[in-house]
Amino acid sequence: MIKLTDVEKVYRTDRIETVALSNFNLDAKEGEFISVMGPSGSGKSTLLNIIGLLDVPTGGTVNLAGRPVTGRKDRELARIRNEEVGFIFQTFHLIPDLNVMDNVEIPLLYRRGVSGSERRRRVLEAIERVALSSRAHHFPPQLSGGQQQRVAIARAIVGKPRILLADEPTGNLDSQMGEEIMKILKDLNERNRTAIIMVTHDPGLAEQTHRTIRIFDGRQVN
Amino acid sequence: MLKSYIKIAWKVFLRRKFFTFISLFAISVTLIVLMAASTILDHTLGSMPPETRLYRTLCVFFMKMEGERAEISTFAGYGFLDRYARGLPGVERMGIVSQAPEAVDSYVENRKITSQLRRTDGDFWKIMEFTFLEGAPFTVQDDRDGHPVAVINATTRERFIGGGSALGRSIKLGEQTFRVVGVVPDVPLYRVLSYGDVWVPIGTIPTAHYRTELVGDFIGLFLARSERDFATIRAAFAERLRQPELPDPEEFDRLEGELQTLAEYIANTEIGLPPKSLYLVVVLLMVLFMILPAVNLININVSRMLERSSEIGVRKAFGAASWTLVTQFVIENVLLTIIGGVVAAGGSALVLRTIAESGLLPYANFHFNVPVFLYGLALTLFFGVFSGVYPAWKMSRLHPVQALRGGVR
Repeated sequence: MIKLTDVEKVYRTDRIETVALSNFNLDAKEGEFISVMGPSGSGKSTLLNIIGLLDVPTGGTVNLAGRPVTGRKDRELARIRNEEVGFIFQTFHLIPDLNVMDNVEIPLLYRRGVSGSERRRRVLEAIERVALSSRAHHFPPQLSGGQQQRVAIARAIVGKPRILLADEPTGNLDSQMGEEIMKILKDLNERNRTAIIMVTHDPGLAEQTHRTIRIFDGRQVN
Repeated sequence: MLKSYIKIAWKVFLRRKFFTFISLFAISVTLIVLMAASTILDHTLGSMPPETRLYRTLCVFFMKMEGERAEISTFAGYGFLDRYARGLPGVERMGIVSQAPEAVDSYVENRKITSQLRRTDGDFWKIMEFTFLEGAPFTVQDDRDGHPVAVINATTRERFIGGGSALGRSIKLGEQTFRVVGVVPDVPLYRVLSYGDVWVPIGTIPTAHYRTELVGDFIGLFLARSERDFATIRAAFAERLRQPELPDPEEFDRLEGELQTLAEYIANTEIGLPPKSLYLVVVLLMVLFMILPAVNLININVSRMLERSSEIGVRKAFGAASWTLVTQFVIENVLLTIIGGVVAAGGSALVLRTIAESGLLPYANFHFNVPVFLYGLALTLFFGVFSGVYPAWKMSRLHPVQALRGGVR
């Protein structure tokens, strides 16, 4: 499902070079739930951005859902992201001007051939999946942190991606809310066989995943 | 998709009320000035009643006599037009009208009334297309015989006669008394060739000297069969002036005159521009006038969009390509400018009505017409796209990771 081979990411400025990832290899199968752990600045988010095609590696190759993605154009990468990847961010990144339904609808707006009625049906289905049907017309500032993250999960899964990338999805939530979010992610992984890669600092959450990758200074250490 | 763009645009406008106000203010004021200016220009130079055939009318405003020692450059005399400009090929009809209205005073029931008197020949009425409220124009015969008849406008009828018909009634203008033969609607000041309160035959001028004078204060009107005949008419007129018969060749031996459209006259004489350049200069001025607020709007838009970098990051993460985001932001800006355009349409109508009611331009009666509306619409869209594309392009180029962090690459 996700194959990274000798991936390297180096940030260069006029004076310094910062190695964010070095010789990184990963082979994640369909339906795998992987946690990524490491100290701040170790390269976890860079790894997630490269897998999610939000950033391009300076070396190595990336294969996503069986497709090589290295060197593709902006429009092609956008289409692959839209079809294959869902993102869940630590700070939710909901658009405050849009209500829950409109926020969740975003990925479908960029997918060809999905009619308005089909979009609405799938949005309601995704919202129901995260148990937020009663809040469908609320705006993000009207919701609690946990509810906002559930909206973000609905948005991530509405397009039925095969890969979910979660960057510290419980980082801004209390432990009870965090557990709720984890429960939803595990359910998605088990029922839909969605591959999930989750960055976390919480060993308790990492233990609940199939395997854990540890990163230190841009290198895989386990 | 479009519905979603419009929905979010509307939400953004409401969220950032101050930015929205500043943007709308800049757009509206700019468009109000441009729409009002283009309406006034259109009413001055466009083919509108009674000058409905202006598009195929040439005029002689000036003449010039030159000699070795002296030179006279002034308005054309009746004699100059009569001798050198009649019967030019390609001309359907030629008329003569006094260059500027003459203010004449009258006293009616101890009230002083000042009227703008214009002297014309009989053919003037066949070149212009007046709608007669009463009666009919005076004729070529009336002019030739100097009959003391007059056509008056509706306001003059009201001032002199009050209610009822004016036909056959006499009005005293200065030292002369005229019998009213026709009443026409008021003609605004900006209709340069036809404006006046009262029109009387040139033949009523007390002395007959004007008939032979080369210099004077008349305008020759030449209704061409079509615009395509302009070159022929001009060439024939120039040819005639090459062999002048001047009364004192020792003093003046050369004669010049020019056939111009009204737009060329205004460009050349009133503004000092090359004759053909009026519309080009007007367009350039309008573009220049638009650039400053447009640049301001670009700045405002960049700031407004920067606040939305997280949204840009999210949209990119979920599959929006750069061009999709450009489209979204341009649509938002066009929507804003269309709102500004609607405000400006109302605002300019208000400005024009205020000008009309102020009395600065007698009988002004501005109204929107299709060309001005389309012109305003084009201006609005140009403004919207021009001020929206760059910020949209800049924002769409944001790196998604940087955008999600709320920063700019």
